Amino acid sequence: MNDFTYHAPTSLDDAVAALRGAEGGTLIAGGQSLLPIMKLNLAAPTDVVSLAGVAGLDGISDDGDSVTVGAMCTHAQVAGSATVQGRIPALAAMADGIGDAQVRNAGTIGGSLAHNDPAADYPAACVALGATIVTDRREIASDDYFQGMFMTALEDDEIITAVRFPVPARAAYAKFANPASKYAVAGVMVADGPAGVRVAVTGASGDGVFRMAEMESALGGSFSAEAVAGMGVSSHGLLSDTAADADYRAHLVTVMAKRAVEACG
Amino acid sequence: MSGNGTGIGASVKRKEDARFLTGRGRYTDDINLPGQLYGYILRSGMAHARIGAVHTDAAKAAPGVHAVFTGKDMEGVGGIPTGWEITNKDGSKMAEPAHPALATDKVRYVGDCVAIVVAETAEQAKSAANLIDVEREELPAVASIEAAEADGAPLVFDEAPGNVCYDWEVGDRAATDAAFDAADHVVSIDVVNNRLIPNAIEPRAAIANYDPATGEYTLYTTSQNPHLVRLLLGAFVLQLPEHKLRIVAPDVGGGFGSKIPHYAEEAILTWTAGQLGRPVKWTCERLDAFKSDTHGRDHISTAKLALDADGHFLGLHVSTKANLGAYLSTFATCVPTYLYGILFAGPYTTPAVYCEVKSFFTNTVPVDALRGAGRPEATYLLERLVDKAAVQLGMDRVEIRRKNFIREFPYQTPVALQYDQGDYDATLDLALKAADWAGFEGRRAEAAARGKCRGIGISTFIEACGIAPSAVVGSLGARAGLYESGSVRVHPTGSVSVFTGTHSHGQGHETTFAQIVSDMLGVDFDAVDVVHGDSAKIPFGMGTYGSRSLAVGGTAIYLAVEKVIEKGKKIAAHLLEASAEDIEFENGSFTVAGTDRSKTLGEVALTAYVPHNYPEGLEPGLEETAFYDPLNFTFPAGTHIAEVEVDPETGEVELVAVTGADDVGRIINPMIVDGQLHGGLAHGIGQALLEECRYQEDGQLETGSYMNYTMPRAADLPSFNINHNTTLCTHNPLGAKGVGEVGSIGVPPAVINAVIDALRPLGVDDMSMPATSQRVWQAIQQANG
Repeated sequence: MNDFTYHAPTSLDDAVAALRGAEGGTLIAGGQSLLPIMKLNLAAPTDVVSLAGVAGLDGISDDGDSVTVGAMCTHAQVAGSATVQGRIPALAAMADGIGDAQVRNAGTIGGSLAHNDPAADYPAACVALGATIVTDRREIASDDYFQGMFMTALEDDEIITAVRFPVPARAAYAKFANPASKYAVAGVMVADGPAGVRVAVTGASGDGVFRMAEMESALGGSFSAEAVAGMGVSSHGLLSDTAADADYRAHLVTVMAKRAVEACG
Repeated sequence: MSGNGTGIGASVKRKEDARFLTGRGRYTDDINLPGQLYGYILRSGMAHARIGAVHTDAAKAAPGVHAVFTGKDMEGVGGIPTGWEITNKDGSKMAEPAHPALATDKVRYVGDCVAIVVAETAEQAKSAANLIDVEREELPAVASIEAAEADGAPLVFDEAPGNVCYDWEVGDRAATDAAFDAADHVVSIDVVNNRLIPNAIEPRAAIANYDPATGEYTLYTTSQNPHLVRLLLGAFVLQLPEHKLRIVAPDVGGGFGSKIPHYAEEAILTWTAGQLGRPVKWTCERLDAFKSDTHGRDHISTAKLALDADGHFLGLHVSTKANLGAYLSTFATCVPTYLYGILFAGPYTTPAVYCEVKSFFTNTVPVDALRGAGRPEATYLLERLVDKAAVQLGMDRVEIRRKNFIREFPYQTPVALQYDQGDYDATLDLALKAADWAGFEGRRAEAAARGKCRGIGISTFIEACGIAPSAVVGSLGARAGLYESGSVRVHPTGSVSVFTGTHSHGQGHETTFAQIVSDMLGVDFDAVDVVHGDSAKIPFGMGTYGSRSLAVGGTAIYLAVEKVIEKGKKIAAHLLEASAEDIEFENGSFTVAGTDRSKTLGEVALTAYVPHNYPEGLEPGLEETAFYDPLNFTFPAGTHIAEVEVDPETGEVELVAVTGADDVGRIINPMIVDGQLHGGLAHGIGQALLEECRYQEDGQLETGSYMNYTMPRAADLPSFNINHNTTLCTHNPLGAKGVGEVGSIGVPPAVINAVIDALRPLGVDDMSMPATSQRVWQAIQQANG
């Protein structure tokens, strides 16, 4: 790991200023993605700006039609939140299935979304639930936010402050995990919410999260497992690795979609 | 042996756990010497390349750097030796190319040692290594057995044509051919034994120091056998006499075979410390461990079994190709031969057995022993083949095994071994009952109602442990003896220090051996300490591997205790004014037979060290050493049964039950024995369902981290149902056989047989390890055509 300058701002303004003043600066939230790649010299920032001391990035609130999760909330906090469990149990269950206990106690929702690993779980939840990514300067719809592997709509010095999830009538997440890394090989979130039925898939494509329009319309007609059970998914463009080739992944997307619908009850 | 609260047979809590669980263990990386520097090993990123100039000036000028050494600097220092010479079928010797500690003209695998950078801090050394410029010409690589044996394949070594190390055989080929000619049925199978990466929780580490005042080198290293490292490093690599080379293997966090070999890094570190006159420390990072700890297994085999009309085995023919990696690691050559081919009688009376093994060099990490070492590969092949025979002949899987069991002992197999004792029916019956084998079809139906395919699989197996005797292994090419030493020092006030040449890196020797000594001498368990792992303290030792520690090392201790008692009797007889022949020793007291006149061990020990009133001509002191060279291998045996449920939609295999009935010989500490069984089972289940080391064709390690190399986790394992039926080894006084490798040997075929049993209704009749969800799903798709 190369040497870097560490910044510990207490306000968003100071954090943005530190980032702007750095030659090659980066934000750190829980560090669960950044630190490993720094150790491998895959990232060598000159400056690391910590969000740990920045006020106003924590907390989970029930806003009636939606639940807002602070960007620095850990996966364990989301999983354990009575508000999330009560209003969007699928989101709490999804967060409870991220990584392992150590990752869940350190990793944050904001960090995960800013990183946008194509096998992360949160992108599927955000897209299926129609979440809004709130930053220090604007609000971004999930459909516009995710722009391919490790790519987002965020500007270089933009900081996620919270994520607002509309409360769905029903939703569930089914994940087939890589047996080694426990990242999603195919993770499917199905939600029947204010914006209709949405099906979002993570882990399967090198381009990151994507929606299954055909499944959404089928479920819109008949919200049942049978509606998607026989629906084949093209393996074109899907990832192929030691755990699953593209054909197997395509098959798993269908199975996970079916199981997510079943889990919606 | 009386057995009490802490004696033989008691589940005493492990002495060593207090320090391990409270963070007070002293591992190699915990040791820091005054003035120590840090070494970083620059490794090859190419699988095969010719090396030109290595430019180190920039690295040498980097902050904190004291020195950079390359293969050119170490030229003249001996190469890393191998410990066993195999003789080919035609009587010639195996190819044995040199293994320079730091690569000189070529690098031969991703991970090969190229240079060492020594700096004030580990970070400085690592950063400076990035500045080394190695002129390389990449050469085509062979990363698999198939690639190595292909016509015109690139050569790993010019002196090993066809990349062949040896072409070996065991058994009577003519008799086996005749058995097939006479057979009513022939059953054939092709199997691959998947390559594994050991993954001890403690990565390898070493600190070397040279003391100019004494001329003595000291190397702290993560080894399962410090004396063996001293022998190889001293006599073969650095030409240092034993009395000037001390090897310490302190607390070691798991080995599983990967810490048996003498590694190049140990030689590089020791030599570097001598050059610099400062201690040099090196700790392997996990990613480097994946590509530099020796790997295990990696066989391709084809085999056939000849049977008569009733299902009696008549003959077995096995042809195996083994991948040895890029260099010959310490025991690499004997694992696919003398720890493999000689196992093929299994627990069966097959009268004719023949096994041939051709081994290959490839541009991959060197392969060496890994928990079971040869015996898992043999057992997997045999138990898959026996299951296939049952299906092909329409016989019951249990009955075909029972029909062929050996029941008369001693039994001379057609592949060299002589089994001294066993009761294979007893462990089979015990396992069948414990697993409720008879009730399985009901469970299969219940699972089917839930949409799951349930299967049950069995493996009946033997092992050969405590490899010995020295004269025999020597005649087969071993370059070391396979005895063990034990010393017992009774201190003046009656506490005891025990010195063993075995090494404990998870096995609990400090407890088990203390139980034996405490029981035999009648002293408190807490008054006995076991010392191991330091060549300056232990007379000699061959270390711990092959499940040998209790049967061989424990017996050496037993014999040393007997000598202590004999000497104690002479001292007691003098004090009691009786004849030594009339002295009986029991529960810590020397008593004149038939009287109540006695002296305690403490009184006798004090007399031995304060010999004012002492037998004439008897040496003072109460300390004895014994070396024990076994007469034979030991033969643990047992039955393992696995039960799985397959999700036919995803191909996921859930292991729902594992039952073992094991005969491991005398059990000293049942809790430790069960712990060893649990660990071995986890290892075997890892191989069967999860672990697979994969290389790309160009020799890049595809599964080089925990992101894609799957180690078994607690959630992958059911609660194990462990049962014991004990027969005693007849040729050591403890009756001990061995337990450390049982699970990894016995369970993999049981798991795969269960998976195939589950999938047979879907038309699947073969499955390779590991039975990953993708592999199972693909097999179902292919069967559905």
